[in-house]
Amino acid sequence: MEKVCDAQIKGVSTGTTILAATFDGGVVIGSDSRASIGGEYVSSKTINKVIQVHDRVFCCMSGSLADAQAVTKAAKFHLALHSVQMETPPLVIAAATILKDLCYRNKEELQAGFITAGWDQKRGAQVYVVSLGGMLVSQPVTIGGSGSTYIYGYVDAKYKPDMSREECLQFAINALALAMGRDNVSGGVANLAVITESGVEHVVVPGNKLPTFHDD
Amino acid sequence: MMALSNVLEAPAAGFNFENSSRNAALQAGLEGQTPRPMKTGTTIAGVVFKDGVVLGADTRATSSEVVADKMCSKIHYMAPNIYCCGAGTAADTEKTTDLVASNLTIFSLNSGRKPRVVMAVNILQDLLYRYRGQIGASLILGGVDCTGSHLYTVGPYGSVDKKPYLAMGSGNLAAMGIMEDGFRPDLELDQAKQLVRSAIQAGILNDLGSGHNIDLCVITDRGVDYIRPYQESQYKDHRTNKYRFRQGTTPVLTDTVVPLELEVVEEKVQQMETS
Repeated sequence: MEKVCDAQIKGVSTGTTILAATFDGGVVIGSDSRASIGGEYVSSKTINKVIQVHDRVFCCMSGSLADAQAVTKAAKFHLALHSVQMETPPLVIAAATILKDLCYRNKEELQAGFITAGWDQKRGAQVYVVSLGGMLVSQPVTIGGSGSTYIYGYVDAKYKPDMSREECLQFAINALALAMGRDNVSGGVANLAVITESGVEHVVVPGNKLPTFHDD
Repeated sequence: MMALSNVLEAPAAGFNFENSSRNAALQAGLEGQTPRPMKTGTTIAGVVFKDGVVLGADTRATSSEVVADKMCSKIHYMAPNIYCCGAGTAADTEKTTDLVASNLTIFSLNSGRKPRVVMAVNILQDLLYRYRGQIGASLILGGVDCTGSHLYTVGPYGSVDKKPYLAMGSGNLAAMGIMEDGFRPDLELDQAKQLVRSAIQAGILNDLGSGHNIDLCVITDRGVDYIRPYQESQYKDHRTNKYRFRQGTTPVLTDTVVPLELEVVEEKVQQMETS
């Protein structure tokens, strides 16, 4: 009988590097696109981890793929209902709280973490992180997933609040490229979304077009 | 109004993990001597081509190291325009696809619409997620609907992925190699059939859990072509003896007839309305 240790995720996991950063007028959210089984086999090279939960709210998933997909599905439904009832686009914190509630109340059974980012009328561009156990924290920039450990230094050094859209996008792409280069369970393409008041732009950078660094 | 897509009782809101504690209790009670289910070993694959989808599968079902069924059918009917290949535990794939096929039929009758592939995927994902991996079904769904040709995979834990080419089952590593090399967007029908055939063949040759024939299923907007078998196994067994015994082989020594004595206890006559 196999024993699955706590650190292992049953089934397909997203390994992952996810991040989000606010800039002047919006927010950039991005992830890699690798899904693996047991940290040994890449089951999908182009899995989508950046999910749109509402018009101006996106979230990135990490952890067990099945759990994360189920939670985002439930969150999408709750957010849509909430938005219809309130007759107004939802606040980003509402989306983050819905995810947090699902993660916290089912923490024994779930293994999924999220970064929620978006724009709303009340507070503008925001980033929230919902960790594995259901903690909800707001930060201007945040990184998550197994690949994030390799880029804490880069993010701390290079992030500045109130960057321009182009600077922030390049910062995010660089960070993802660096993490994907060092973490074996992150890879594939860089999927990003730029969310501003006027709309959403999807940016996809294929693996071979990612920036290279001194020893690549 | 109840959602048309799921005509069974809509499950209670939230996640339901009741069965996993029951399973844990059962496993503890049986002390590791749990019965081995029949698995399909299996290589299944699918590819999206210019006019639709081609699904393929081998036909071997194993029970540990014994081949339980040489002509197992792994491409299951879901809807007139949607078929599903199943890998994993044979009973689970069979019953899960049957259940969703029934649901889709009722949905079609209720709504007057042909079901969409994404709908079947969503129902399967919800079902498998609810059972937390206890239903050992890895599925490849393919079909053509009003929005185009689609190919999805659903894992046993409820993860979903949408790709133009896929392989699952124990032979998927071998099959995936062939797929990665041979796949191009907008293949012609013959090229697509050859690609899937080669992928399943790779699984049959290199995986002990896959073998025998190759079944193909071609789905286009004009209809379905279920080719079983597309390719037969080169290892056909030839029985040396006939196992039919002619009448008289076993001699009859005595013959006794005992008539059963029955008496009429009650007689009821019901007139049938023939007017």
